[in-house]
Amino acid sequence: MKKSIGIASILIAIIVATAILSPNFLTAYNIENLLRRTALFGILSVGVGFVILTAGIDLSIGGVVCLAGILTPYLLTQMGWSPTETVAMIVLMSIAIGVLQGGLVAYGRIQPFLVTLCGLLMFRGIARGITQDQTQGFQGQFQDLRWLGNGRISIPWVEHFAVPAPVLSLVIIAVLSMIFLNRTVWGRWMKALGRNPSAALHSGIPVARLQVLAYAICSLLAGYGGLLFVCDVGSAQPSDFGNFYELYAIAAAVLGGYRLAGGEGSVIGVIIGAAVMQVLRNAITLVPWLPDTAEFAVIGIVILIGVLGDEFLRRYAASRVRTQTKGIS
Amino acid sequence: MIESAPIVRCRGVGKRFAGVQALRGVDLDIRGGEILALIGANGAGKSTLMKILAGVIEHDSGEVHVDGVATRLRGVREAMRAGIALVHQELNLAENLDIASNIALGREPNRWGFLRGRDLNRQAREWMDRVGLEISADHAVESLSIGHRQMVEVAKALSMDARVLILDEPTSSLSMVETRRLLGLIRTLADQGVAVVYITHRLDEVMRCADRAVVLRDGAVTAEFSKTALNRDALVQAMVGTIRQVALAETALSDGAASARGQAAATVRLQVRGLRTMAHPSESIDLSIGKGEIVGLAGIVGAGRTEVLRSIFGIDRRLAGSVEIDGRALRGGRPAHATRAGIALVPEDRQRDGLFAEDSLCVNASIVRIARESMAGFIRTSAERAGVSRMIDLTRISPVRQERMARLFSGGNQQKIVLSKWLMSDPTVFLLDEPSRGVDIGARAEIHALIRESANRGAAVLCAVSDIEELLLLCDRIIVMRDGRITGELSAQDATEESITRLAVHEREECAA
Repeated sequence: MKKSIGIASILIAIIVATAILSPNFLTAYNIENLLRRTALFGILSVGVGFVILTAGIDLSIGGVVCLAGILTPYLLTQMGWSPTETVAMIVLMSIAIGVLQGGLVAYGRIQPFLVTLCGLLMFRGIARGITQDQTQGFQGQFQDLRWLGNGRISIPWVEHFAVPAPVLSLVIIAVLSMIFLNRTVWGRWMKALGRNPSAALHSGIPVARLQVLAYAICSLLAGYGGLLFVCDVGSAQPSDFGNFYELYAIAAAVLGGYRLAGGEGSVIGVIIGAAVMQVLRNAITLVPWLPDTAEFAVIGIVILIGVLGDEFLRRYAASRVRTQTKGIS
Repeated sequence: MIESAPIVRCRGVGKRFAGVQALRGVDLDIRGGEILALIGANGAGKSTLMKILAGVIEHDSGEVHVDGVATRLRGVREAMRAGIALVHQELNLAENLDIASNIALGREPNRWGFLRGRDLNRQAREWMDRVGLEISADHAVESLSIGHRQMVEVAKALSMDARVLILDEPTSSLSMVETRRLLGLIRTLADQGVAVVYITHRLDEVMRCADRAVVLRDGAVTAEFSKTALNRDALVQAMVGTIRQVALAETALSDGAASARGQAAATVRLQVRGLRTMAHPSESIDLSIGKGEIVGLAGIVGAGRTEVLRSIFGIDRRLAGSVEIDGRALRGGRPAHATRAGIALVPEDRQRDGLFAEDSLCVNASIVRIARESMAGFIRTSAERAGVSRMIDLTRISPVRQERMARLFSGGNQQKIVLSKWLMSDPTVFLLDEPSRGVDIGARAEIHALIRESANRGAAVLCAVSDIEELLLLCDRIIVMRDGRITGELSAQDATEESITRLAVHEREECAA
């Protein structure tokens, strides 16, 4: 919790600055939109957080988002599956992808960067192959299912503002993740594994199985995220749906206090990190003198500042501890 | 021969590590043209002393003189400039480069940053000829045998104008032929005026080639022999010494419990048959340990004790062999299987393998236990805290703060935390690798008491301990290993420091030069 204060204050600073610079920022419409996008990207980020916690990395998220986002309308409209069957298929497929990649990492001892980089290419390729690169849409049907992505939950006595439905998904996922990480044996072990993999092995912790589990959770959330994304926007183009989403997710996790070396990070932090990313993108569109084309440059700079600040604080804290306790072997 | 002035002279050199006095006032002269053998049991301080001379670490009391001038060797480069080079036991060569590049590493002949390959090879050839390395200089180091690598290291040291060449257990992984060649080489170098310091456990090699031998024990020089006075029994005597008084107090405490355990030991708890480890694939280990019995594994570094423990627990793959607990075969080769079957392992390197340094005492201590008392996978926090609290009372970890980060505790308390991790899960087979490494005598006695307590509750205990005094204190039975095989077994009553050392130390008369 204490670690999330830094990123939370960055978020507030960006919000205040943008609100001053653009009159359109604090409108009900814009806030609703921001919440929706934060929730959607937040789900991906929470997922990749599990993998980063075990000192791994998942670059395949964009590919999984694409495959799930393409398959959802494809199965519904082209194959005539029911929404239930479609969702079940997406969930099973995502878990299978995670188990496969996690298995290659944990049992095949292949570097996660490589495994998931190949995954990124493969899953987008499969999506494009299945659809012959044709854009997939819902053809105006399946409004019940699409509610998950584009729905609004109205608040009593509030007229012009409603909570976007993906926020509900994110809250449920976040609460379950926190319970898993903080209250269950496997969650405790997963954190321990990230802190010191060798000690985890020497403590009889089923290291490989936990790694597979982390990748499975990550892919599951990526697949579910892809489903929500396509439900939100209504159609998906195989060649660019979900492009760079893995990087947004990883950036949010890192901003939120996850260390790529593993072992550290909190669910709250990662969600705030995802919010920072989305507010930034929003600010670049809204603030008149910031050119839209500079989006990536601005995001890059902010992440770098965030990571540098975090590293600085970490070293400062470490040096204080060291001077307090001299002579520990 | 005329006594020349020593190149290096140590006077009262001392070094302290985190509460442990590794060296206490060592006097040592190192002279050119002489082979000086430095011997002593594990932890006697040999390597520490040599690391100080090679600039790897700094001494904190006493003086080191080089050529009669008091100096402080800060860093390996400075030692090198003074002409002192250390060849580590684990060789430090860049395996992907060829011999010539390794010899010249960091000092490559170049013009404006571009390598001059011909000069590189020509210079390397000179040094290789000097050590008698008759192979091409462009062989990749990874294709060389250990013996050849050793010679590359020596050539590299000489190329840096080393006048003092320190070899840390150079023959521990060499074949007979390679050993003979290396000993021949150092004799030649000594005749050319180089001072050779030779650290070894192999007394036959000392007898054969040393001009002088110095024995270290507990960080101090206990004996010095000239070539004519060298004598195997005297060397062993000087290495082992007599039991310290603090230890005696502990013995009194342990005697009663040991005899009580003697009866229970009749039923076999751990049975290992035909175990082959990756380190010594051609040797096979059989051992059985009774209920409540504490068995010590003795031997020098590299004897294969750690590998036996790791293979039983499943950290290392078992090439062959079976492990049985109470007559039931252990299924599955991973540590998770072993843990579920009730096996525990306290690893040798607690920082790397034992401790979650950034986690709290509570998380560390309960990490195994939480799985046993969970409800549907959920941690029962109150039970966890109560369990840890009981364990802190038992082990007397201090300070008593469950939330304190593990790395903030002292070495002895960290070791107790690692022990607690397993004690809390009440193991049936308790494996320990150097359980009192780097802890002071007080903490050691407490750790021994905890191990005995575990045995009294029926655990079969197997612990690798290098300190022979400690073995005699702690164990009911002692198994001695050498080069990956069991060379003998002694009961606690019959074992003496001398008999253990004899079984543990290499005796290879057959390869006299």
